[in-house]
Amino acid sequence: MATTKRTVEVALSTTGLDAQGRPQRRPLAVDEGGNVVTMEPPTAMEPDLEGEHMLINLGPQHPATHGVLRLVLELDGETVVRCIPHIGYLHCGFEKIGEYRQYNQIIPWTDREDYLNSPGNNVAFALGAERLFGIEVTERCKVLRVMACELSRIISHLVWLGTTCIDIGAYTPFLWAFQQREKVYELLEAWIGARLTTTLTRVGGMGADIPDGWTDMLSAFVSTFPNVVDEIDRIITRNGIWVGRTVGLGVMSPEEAINYGLSGPMGRASGVAFDVRRDFPYLDYETYDFDVAVGTNGDVYDRYLVRMEELRQSTRILAQTLKRLPDGPVNVDDILPPKSRATSDMESMIHHFKQVMEGPRPPIGESYVAVESPKGEKGYYMVSDGSSKPVRWRIRPPSFVNLSAIPRMVEGHLLSDVIAINASIDIVMGEIDR
Amino acid sequence: MSKYGQSFSPVVAGSALGSQAPAPVTPKSVPHRGGEPNPSAAAIGQQFAGAVKRVDVVWGETTVYIDRDRVHDVIRWLHDDASQQYDYLSDVTAVEFRDLEQPLEVVWHLRSLPYRRFLRVKVQLEKGTPLDVPSVWDIYRGADWMEREAYDMFGITFAGHPDLRRLLMWEQYSEGYPLRKDFPLRGRFSRSEQLRQALAANPEARYSQDELSIAEAFEDLPADMRRRLQRGDKVGE
Repeated sequence: MATTKRTVEVALSTTGLDAQGRPQRRPLAVDEGGNVVTMEPPTAMEPDLEGEHMLINLGPQHPATHGVLRLVLELDGETVVRCIPHIGYLHCGFEKIGEYRQYNQIIPWTDREDYLNSPGNNVAFALGAERLFGIEVTERCKVLRVMACELSRIISHLVWLGTTCIDIGAYTPFLWAFQQREKVYELLEAWIGARLTTTLTRVGGMGADIPDGWTDMLSAFVSTFPNVVDEIDRIITRNGIWVGRTVGLGVMSPEEAINYGLSGPMGRASGVAFDVRRDFPYLDYETYDFDVAVGTNGDVYDRYLVRMEELRQSTRILAQTLKRLPDGPVNVDDILPPKSRATSDMESMIHHFKQVMEGPRPPIGESYVAVESPKGEKGYYMVSDGSSKPVRWRIRPPSFVNLSAIPRMVEGHLLSDVIAINASIDIVMGEIDR
Repeated sequence: MSKYGQSFSPVVAGSALGSQAPAPVTPKSVPHRGGEPNPSAAAIGQQFAGAVKRVDVVWGETTVYIDRDRVHDVIRWLHDDASQQYDYLSDVTAVEFRDLEQPLEVVWHLRSLPYRRFLRVKVQLEKGTPLDVPSVWDIYRGADWMEREAYDMFGITFAGHPDLRRLLMWEQYSEGYPLRKDFPLRGRFSRSEQLRQALAANPEARYSQDELSIAEAFEDLPADMRRRLQRGDKVGE
């Protein structure tokens, strides 16, 4: 019986019960004789697509690719059989530009590379340059840098948490996470005057000491922030939708994770207990009391759990820095003498002028300094030929290496799971493309 | 087995050192040259006679200069040998010096997680010789993109890499290798040359016919509207 569907008269009839015992609803239609009948489901199925693969292009302008990542996916039905990532849409040549800049002039570029972790990058670059110059920074500077690193770990993980919640379909934790992120940005703004691109450090010290009353702001944050982490934990950790969309996805075994070079929460979720802060310490991290969170399943859900635990551990470290923050100078005088001396003494003024205009010169040598960034092992490799500009400034971007394992992680999963797996890597395209 | 699937037993960094080993500490007052070398450097020298050209310790980091033809064997041995276990590849990159007589260097940064060691392996490629080193992709899967980037930026060919394409630059890019010292900072062409090329470019090759037809549609407008648009009046007021 040929039926024509009339949009005006489409009503819903209840002709039977479905498998759950609920009334089955079918649209009505009018047949050739003008009688209203229930539309039968179409008998001709869709053409058989078995064996035919579809290519789809996810990105570079897709909101769930967190920037300008492009994934070419070959699908069999909804299953990904092949994934080819394309990157480079944000390539700006940071490493090339660094070869034409003095060491202190490179620090603003490190803000813009992993822009969710600017203070951490500034600290990492300053540590690398100080190794190259052979400088030991002051005790107060070390504690301030640990504060900067842990605050930036918190903001980076909060952005990860918020955007991943949105990708997976939860909106409320996003707002809570971004509210707390705003508080950290207020702290950074009070400290250095900038929010996103902080340029917090200098070679041999910091751009500014913390202002009066700043530690009270920080201790207020440290005391309230764990409550918000607990709230987010309560709303999603045992949420059926969250668990269903994250468990068992993108599994990497520990051996694979090491072989693929995964670091940070990605590696630790797979059970690789490797944290640069603990295994190759810097800034006296061995004297702080903190735990390294390790997962056992290596899936998206464990990566979430590891990052949640790192938020708590970072707060713990921040509380310890507040207790031990010593008085004293922040900057060492080797690189940049104090401005007050430069305005009163001729030799100091000439020295100051030369250090600013020509730049300090490290001896010939090279250094690779890695720190634990929120994304993983972030390394700065610098080679000096004795001039005031590095011969080579190499960034070892953790999310670049973590992202290179995405074909291994998504192949065999559904298209909708690609979004969750990609979100779990915590990529920042500014760092990947540089 | 967990409730949801396979559960892995954790791999702990520093496991080969035993529980009595002291916890690692932040390096303090590191000498510029002549610190304590990494014991693996001497072990490579014993295992591969003649392959090690030089061992440098700069700022506490050990660099081993290896012969180009032996580097794959050396890294394979460092990865597999039970007394080394360099299981983690931190970085693969290259260095070109401003002094153009100096050889170009390919650098591997290796970590041994069980022994908590860090080693830098270098191969020097003399100027005028082909920039060709073996790939370590078969040892470390993580080398995939790092080697592609080094190829993209320096033009170094990694023999044995399964898919050596440009990574950050687009695949049709044919103006050279951006991180080489003979590549100018502003790009290959001067600003005036870039402007001349942009002006001489054929826009139809870049835009679709749909986009181009928007401009042609001007002719189809009523004559009075065309006059008003040409005068610069705002339409609809």
